[in-house]
Amino acid sequence: MQIILNGKPIEINDCSKACDLGDYDIFVRNGYGIDSKSQLCDGDSIVAVKKGQMPNEDNLKQMLFARNGQVFLEKLDKACVCICGLGGLGSNIAAMLARAGVGKLILVDFDIVDPTNLNRQNYFVQDIGLKKTFATQRLLKQINPFINTVTYDMYLNSENCVEIVNNADIVVEAFDNPICKAELVNTILESTDKIVVAASGMAGIGSGNTIKTSKVLNRLYLCGDSETETKEGVSLVSPRVNICAGHQANTVIRILLGETEC
Amino acid sequence: MIKINGELKNLDSISLMEYLNNYGYNVKVVAVELNGKIVKKSDFENTCLHDGDSVEIVSFVGGG
Repeated sequence: MQIILNGKPIEINDCSKACDLGDYDIFVRNGYGIDSKSQLCDGDSIVAVKKGQMPNEDNLKQMLFARNGQVFLEKLDKACVCICGLGGLGSNIAAMLARAGVGKLILVDFDIVDPTNLNRQNYFVQDIGLKKTFATQRLLKQINPFINTVTYDMYLNSENCVEIVNNADIVVEAFDNPICKAELVNTILESTDKIVVAASGMAGIGSGNTIKTSKVLNRLYLCGDSETETKEGVSLVSPRVNICAGHQANTVIRILLGETEC
Repeated sequence: MIKINGELKNLDSISLMEYLNNYGYNVKVVAVELNGKIVKKSDFENTCLHDGDSVEIVSFVGGG
């Protein structure tokens, strides 16, 4: 029978088990890790990994996304998502989408990394003083060297945002300031036919269960609890910001895979 | 009757801008859809809400 092993078709004996494929430690079939004694079937696509060994570039891509599943890889690889703002939300969303295998990310932020960012944003001490676009791009390449990124080190507003998001399938609003959030969302919804995934209400240490995703307008998905704003005494803390970022990233992936309901 | 965020309301003839101001919305942080279509902020003043209209108002708070 024939199977695909690490992207290449091979002939194997009927009744072969995963361990018969060679000296590997990890076997993944259809996004699921299978036991080395698992029976293989004709047409299986198997990603097999030898622990402790750096794979060649061809195999690396297969292995990076093995646990996502093949459907993921094909659909997300063609997608382009624009992330507007690389703070607590955007820097974490970018990393999640890179791990999921989104092919292209447009990254927009005007700011540089400062020490007060590190409590929730996906940066490191070594990034302090760097442009957030640069630091995020560098991190993404370490997560997924196959990702295509375009960066814009600029302040996005109603005058320039339409041109920047032009090539994206989905726009992620990941700003901090509520007036900027509304301005971006309004402009994109008014002037393009794109879907926007925005966030509102993720400050404080309230229950993570109050953060949810809703389809609030025809082309607008909103993640958050809709009310907990940051102010003196109500800080932005990593877990809740990350829960919200996770909602946004998950919504983006669901839409790209054709799941448009929340 | 006008449906606002899924809730039926009995309102006298009112502009969108008046509604938002009367009901405590900060116009700078909202996005509004009238009968499924996004309303430009510059049109809030001259957009009148009529019987049977359906309005969705989204308000943003800070943090990210």
